[in-house]
Amino acid sequence: MPALEEKLVYGRPASLVDRPTHYCPGCGHGIIHKLLAQAIDELGVRERTILIAPVGCSVLAYYYLAVDGIEAAHGRAPAVATGLKRVLPDRVVISYQGDGDLLAIGMGETVHAANRGEKITVVFVNNAIYGMTGGQMAPTTLQAQRTKTSPYGRIPAEAGYPIRACELLNTLEAPYYIERCAVNTVKNTLRAKRAILKALRYQVEGKGYSFVEVLSMCPTGWGVEPREAAAWVGEAMVPWFPLGTLRDRGGEA
Amino acid sequence: MSRGRTEIDRERCKGCALCVGACPEKILALSKDQFNTQGLPFAQCFDPDRCTACQSCAIICPDAAIRVMRLVAVGEG
Amino acid sequence: MAERVLMKGNEVLGEAAIIAGCRFYFGYPITPQNEVPAYFAARMPKVGGTFIQAESEAAAINMVFGAAAAGARAMTSSSSPGISLKMEGISYLSGAELPAVVVNMMRGGPGLGNIAGAQGDYFQAVKGGGHGDYRCIVLAPASVQELADLTVKAFDLADEYRMVVMILGDGFVGQMSEPVVLPEPTGRTFDKSSWALTGAAGRETHLVASIRLNPEDALEKLNVHLQEKYRAVERREVLFEETQVGDAEYLIAGFGLSARIARSAVTTLRRAGVKAGLFRPITLWPFPSAELRRAAQGKRKVLVVEMNAGQMVEDVRLAVNGSVPVDFLGRLGGITPQVDEIVERVRSYAGA
Repeated sequence: MPALEEKLVYGRPASLVDRPTHYCPGCGHGIIHKLLAQAIDELGVRERTILIAPVGCSVLAYYYLAVDGIEAAHGRAPAVATGLKRVLPDRVVISYQGDGDLLAIGMGETVHAANRGEKITVVFVNNAIYGMTGGQMAPTTLQAQRTKTSPYGRIPAEAGYPIRACELLNTLEAPYYIERCAVNTVKNTLRAKRAILKALRYQVEGKGYSFVEVLSMCPTGWGVEPREAAAWVGEAMVPWFPLGTLRDRGGEA
Repeated sequence: MSRGRTEIDRERCKGCALCVGACPEKILALSKDQFNTQGLPFAQCFDPDRCTACQSCAIICPDAAIRVMRLVAVGEG
Repeated sequence: MAERVLMKGNEVLGEAAIIAGCRFYFGYPITPQNEVPAYFAARMPKVGGTFIQAESEAAAINMVFGAAAAGARAMTSSSSPGISLKMEGISYLSGAELPAVVVNMMRGGPGLGNIAGAQGDYFQAVKGGGHGDYRCIVLAPASVQELADLTVKAFDLADEYRMVVMILGDGFVGQMSEPVVLPEPTGRTFDKSSWALTGAAGRETHLVASIRLNPEDALEKLNVHLQEKYRAVERREVLFEETQVGDAEYLIAGFGLSARIARSAVTTLRRAGVKAGLFRPITLWPFPSAELRRAAQGKRKVLVVEMNAGQMVEDVRLAVNGSVPVDFLGRLGGITPQVDEIVERVRSYAGA
């Protein structure tokens, strides 16, 4: 019997600040922050990364990642990212946004930063609800999904249909990389990590605009236990928001 | 004989149980009568001998509360 | 002897900004300042700067926010309705203590209004417009030369105090062409290394934000700090101009184009034997209250002339604090007051 020793194979990434987060139990933000930190560590870009936090549950995201941080007004993060990246083209500028930030109030900024091909990375956390303000309907809220402002479910004749951000941006010429993933299962989370790493690597290589949408759990907003929330992502969200790569000009698998 | 070991930081754990659901060996569970200083139950491994160091728990953990150790032969880096 | 060139206000604004070292301009078309983005679109590539026509005025002010956070001198311009869209961004810039220069070439309002020059945004610029307890330094040029000089100064003020400096032009000053001597750069530099976002290489991380949730008095502390800063600006940065005030019996007060028209009225009145003088605030914030009170002392009346329904007149009344009667003459909706109107009004005080 050979002598055995323990080797750490999974630990806290260095760029993830060692402090408890304010996120609810089972919230997808925590997983996505961790993946971002891993990608930042693997690329060795912590010292030249600037993170833009949105308005939403992740308004304090900059407390959890050991990088320069900035708060943006609701929806304006892609414009703030544009200003930062144009001044500092060799820094890694990450715009981290939720449903309302990206697709409601910030729709103009989202589309135009993508259309200009700003060499930034946008991480879109899609949990089909407005979490921070107590659970209102989001542009990505599903049909028949009940929220505080769609108490009878999202009725298309009243409120339209959930918006597919990746497909919308995929109509534009400039974006370099667009992928949708999820953090509801281990397999999906590993795929999400690869997508986020690729998106950041494309920015480091100066390739162009990269967009990663991550389907995420909001157990508190949805009124279910975290494991149920994870299941709901797969059962209800993925059919409307299919996972996969919509565009990858870098052409890698 | 286990191939791995988890260290779950009970203070960071929020008792979300995503790891409990993710573990393929089904050897994790939330504590029954113990709570951390936040008043939350925390995840524990109740059958560590069956741990394979697959890291599913650590991967899905939203709070980076889990470290996973793999048992390797000495010198096997 | 420096060369005099004939330039349009909106264009000299662009050149002065470039002289001041501004290399980032984000704007959006709106009359009467369209020459500004057009000028930068042509000039910025030639000086290695960046011009972006943003998707909206709101997007533009947020691009300024990002560029300023990165330590750059950044600018945007618009006209009244577009400045309304920037108010959120101005509040955020103020709370986050970022330097920026914002130009408003005012037009007739409210609402879509018209494209004539007006002065209806004094309240918006000086009293708020955006939410919260913040102030902008507000500069009111009355000539194309002054617009050029104040633009260069604006960038220094913005960097020194980490504030928004608003250049408040009535639309006319942007449209007028006058001979100008282009200003020299001031040569002042400002060390932004303690707060600018450049990536945390070899230092602690920096954070640019205006939110203060914890501890419960953190936002109060920020506000106290901002107020202390504003008191310092009030002590040091007041600018104004007096014309024939010393022996005047009637004092006319105005800013921008109104003051220029009033100066002609003063000349006309003096020729007719009426002792009039002009007090022209150049900084609308900080308002030259003490200086105005001193100038108004012993005068029979102060007449405030504006192209609005009475905005600066409130600050004049506050400044003189009842010591002298204050009258108001205003034209609305983009109409300019005539020299004759002002002359007649002042003569009516003298019983003539």
